[in-house]
Amino acid sequence: MAAISVDPPDVSRNLATKRGYTYTILSDPKAEVIRRYDLLHAGAGEGGQDIARPAEFLLDSRGIVRWMNLTEDFWVRATPEQLLEATKQIE
Amino acid sequence: MAKRRLNWPLWAGFLLTLVAFASYIFVFVNFPITRNFPWVNLLLFAGAAALLILGMRRAYKQPERYRGKVAGPVLTLFSAMICGLFIFQIFVLGRQLPVSAAAPHVGSKAADFTLQDANGKSVSLSDLLASPLNGRQPRGVLLVFYRGYW
Repeated sequence: MAAISVDPPDVSRNLATKRGYTYTILSDPKAEVIRRYDLLHAGAGEGGQDIARPAEFLLDSRGIVRWMNLTEDFWVRATPEQLLEATKQIE
Repeated sequence: MAKRRLNWPLWAGFLLTLVAFASYIFVFVNFPITRNFPWVNLLLFAGAAALLILGMRRAYKQPERYRGKVAGPVLTLFSAMICGLFIFQIFVLGRQLPVSAAAPHVGSKAADFTLQDANGKSVSLSDLLASPLNGRQPRGVLLVFYRGYW
């Protein structure tokens, strides 16, 4: 699993240390990958910074998308149960 | 004339409004069951409204016994504004998201990329798909894009 946002590495490191996250956290400060994936939410960050909209993609070992979730409400995210159910797609 | 009593429901109602607003961000946002639909916070706002109504009735129906003819409308107005801001943030702002029509879709190949991890090390999607985890080849990768903490 990898989590991606515009946060710089040091912010991610603090977050991982504070909350005990062990998965890969990637930094896309210029939102290049976020833009390439058409997930840019322009001006939605603090001070009008461009950030990512929430989105989840489950890829199989060849990198093919097997399940995805594009929420229509950023307070509503995929639940751990939904994600675990989705992993059955790549068994 | 006897000293008029403190109209405590007005102040309790205003305080509960602040709690109803702040507790979403600090507590209830952490649990899907209270985040996806903020029913706990809406109940707290309803409780606050009941206290404010009680306080306002006391202030205007029994002004000889209770204080709050000035504080009442002011606290009620502030509370209504805080509640309105909450509803706007959750039910309006939260739904203003881009369409993302060109995002990868089921069956398409996710474009490779290289980004820095939390330790500043370059990691590419192809690395994640290929590098063994706990001694086993990964069956896939879950990519989670999130808003971040800026």
